Amino acid sequence: MTGPLAILADSWNYLVVICLMMGGLFIVISQQNLVKKLVGLAIFQTSVFLFYISVGKVAGGTAPILMKATDVAYSNPLPHVLILTAIVVGVATTALGLALVLRINAAFGSIEDDEILAMKAAASVPRARRDASSSEGAQ
Amino acid sequence: MAVFWTNILLLVLLVFILGLVIKTRRLFAVVILAGGYSLVSAAMFVNLDAVDVAFTEAAVGAGISTVLFLAAMAYLPAQEKTTRPGSAFTTIAALVICVGAGLLLVMAAIELPAIGDPNAPAQIHVAPRYLEESGSFLHIPNVVTTVLASYRGFDTFGETVVVFTAGLGVLVLLSGFTRTARSTKRDSEGEDGQ
Repeated sequence: MTGPLAILADSWNYLVVICLMMGGLFIVISQQNLVKKLVGLAIFQTSVFLFYISVGKVAGGTAPILMKATDVAYSNPLPHVLILTAIVVGVATTALGLALVLRINAAFGSIEDDEILAMKAAASVPRARRDASSSEGAQ
Repeated sequence: MAVFWTNILLLVLLVFILGLVIKTRRLFAVVILAGGYSLVSAAMFVNLDAVDVAFTEAAVGAGISTVLFLAAMAYLPAQEKTTRPGSAFTTIAALVICVGAGLLLVMAAIELPAIGDPNAPAQIHVAPRYLEESGSFLHIPNVVTTVLASYRGFDTFGETVVVFTAGLGVLVLLSGFTRTARSTKRDSEGEDGQ
């Protein structure tokens, strides 16, 4: 088996996982809703985990829990360890992101990115003018 | 071969959920779909021999994450706004970036060793040492636990520091938040009532 079909059979996980990653990135860039952006980030993250675990897979292998039998092939435990750490750190960053979203919603009354930017732009111009006029008044 | 077809099935399911997340406008549905995505990927981890990762993902990714999202949703609008000008440009720009980056990654990925190749560099560097020596050295059958707590204990310590810092950040951000949220809610309800 040669050609594109062989490539597909050799790296089936990598190719789909790349699609999933880019889907997550697409959500982060294109969606304006902050909660949806965080969900996209989580999807991106989980896809990277899938990539790492795919790298660690050994054909015909089993979970890396030692058995009495000697002729057993184990999958690579190292990516598993890295991803265990990453999952926990991922939920910590998600919590921090959600806390930020809650504060943004409390401050602006909106969780839509474009609305918040518009509000900030509208709020910053008068304040600059007000500061300028007050400093002139002081002189 | 069963591993291969289960993988294909789960990957198709993941792509399907991703499409639904992009399309759905109701944020509760999006959050639950994200939980489902985590659960399906946990099933995939089992299929790829990563049982420890699978139950961590199922408990933390699908469980705690979803709970956190739902708890936050109690204070947030439940619906994404749909009508907005100039979003077509953002979508096209995002598509261009994602397709470009995806193509670059695909070009790199097809050069990687085949999945499951026992002679791939990732498999023959340090992993054999952990698998062969840790059993007689530390007497813990689960190699993932051994590496996590013993060989790479400092990594795990760093992880704990990160989680602690994030918890501290959340605490600082949300200190006095429920009071403000309640008072603003009362204000807005008063305005609605008028």
